[in-house]
Amino acid sequence: MIEVKDLHKGFNGEKILKGITTTFHRGKTNLIIGTSGSGKTVFLKCLLGLFTPEKGSICYDGSTYSELDEAQQRDLKEQMGMVFQGSALFDSMTVEENVMFPLMMFSKHKKDEMLDRVNEVLNRVNLENANAKLPSEISGGMQKRVAIARAVVTKPKYLFCDEPNSGLDPRTAIVIDNLIKEITEENDITTVINTHDMNSVMEIGEKIVFLKNGFLEWEGDKTQIFKTDNQAVTEFVYSSNLFKKVRDAQLKGL
Amino acid sequence: MFYLDDIGRYFLMLKGVFSRMTKRSVLRNLIFKEIDDLIIGSLGITVFLAFFIGAVVAIQTALNLTNPLIPKQLIGFASRQSVILEFAPTFISVIMAGKVGSFITSSIGTMRVTEQIDALEVMGINSLNYLVFPKVVAMFMYPFVIAIAMFTGIFGAYIAGVYGGFLSSSDFLTGLREEFIPYHLVYAFIKTFLYAFLLATIPSFHGYYMKGGALEVGKASTSAFVWTTVVIVISNYVLTQLLLS
Repeated sequence: MIEVKDLHKGFNGEKILKGITTTFHRGKTNLIIGTSGSGKTVFLKCLLGLFTPEKGSICYDGSTYSELDEAQQRDLKEQMGMVFQGSALFDSMTVEENVMFPLMMFSKHKKDEMLDRVNEVLNRVNLENANAKLPSEISGGMQKRVAIARAVVTKPKYLFCDEPNSGLDPRTAIVIDNLIKEITEENDITTVINTHDMNSVMEIGEKIVFLKNGFLEWEGDKTQIFKTDNQAVTEFVYSSNLFKKVRDAQLKGL
Repeated sequence: MFYLDDIGRYFLMLKGVFSRMTKRSVLRNLIFKEIDDLIIGSLGITVFLAFFIGAVVAIQTALNLTNPLIPKQLIGFASRQSVILEFAPTFISVIMAGKVGSFITSSIGTMRVTEQIDALEVMGINSLNYLVFPKVVAMFMYPFVIAIAMFTGIFGAYIAGVYGGFLSSSDFLTGLREEFIPYHLVYAFIKTFLYAFLLATIPSFHGYYMKGGALEVGKASTSAFVWTTVVIVISNYVLTQLLLS
């Protein structure tokens, strides 16, 4: 579980996050949504420890990040997995080397044992025959699956995903969403996903945090988001023509 | 103030490079890869350039020796002095600032743009140590490149001087051995070690701290070349003043 209290962050005098307080639950897919410029990425990078908040605290299962010393912060980071928007796979490494990388850096296991774990994770994300390929030789969807495999190979307690569906076709996007949800449930990890894809909200939104101009505007789950009368949330959800048509059809009783 | 800020950040980067070391087995592989990329990959162009630089030095010296009282051996002597003291260490390093420097800046800069450096940081890895330290260690092999450049430069001078009809082979070899001061080699290699360090760290600094996209990677490579050259030229002056005068 990750508890965020009164989080503030700004750059060059401009406030980006303005006092966010929320909780992300274990074993659930927690979504951060909002329009571009609402502070989603900055919030996620604060959760990852890449940005230091100006004020407020982030507590990971009882450990407040700012109160940990450097070695403890490093230990905590080893329990985090991250799927970046552009996958951020290492270009010069093969798929197998990319997934093995976190194990090589931190694990004391023998290479054979590491290879077994890599193959196990690659099988889990349905990438059985891509071990020897370079990231440039596989599709965007496959790159995302490799990124997920790399993020979970060390069995992290926390998984963070920055717009995991960006640049993917709708069908592949659903596959990726479901994969993240299944891995979250199987491993009982706290997953936080940064997205503005309403399909993801519909598919895996067990806890949704809506940001607007750096403030936490609304929070709830995927059933509540369609019933809320919060104007900012309604505008965001129904900015999609598809959802607007569904709502109009429901109102007309079709 | 802007430059002072950058200089401060450069030294903070150096502190980061030498702290929180990456796992030894991983570092070893990275160092071998960097030696291949930065040192072995530079040998061809270095040999090619040094040969022709040496040849031109010999021809220029020969053409400027119009006084018949000046012995022809001076061509061998001047070629040796020019190549060992200046052309091999400094001129080749300026060219390496373009070749090795832009390679380092663009590879690290691309990693920054594509969030690969963020990925390392999220994993709890000291990205500065992981990315820059192997380059610094690999560049300790750079004096071998310069030693080869010295040999090839003098060989180029010999070929141009003797086969160009400017002097005889024995005159060149006599001049080559004349008044040889071993300390000049020490001076040249002290310079080379410093240049190696600058060639590894200044382009890394420009790549690591760059912001933006693909266009900025190109701009960072250009500014890395300019600044590496500027620092090499200034340190050349300072070292020459300190070590030779």
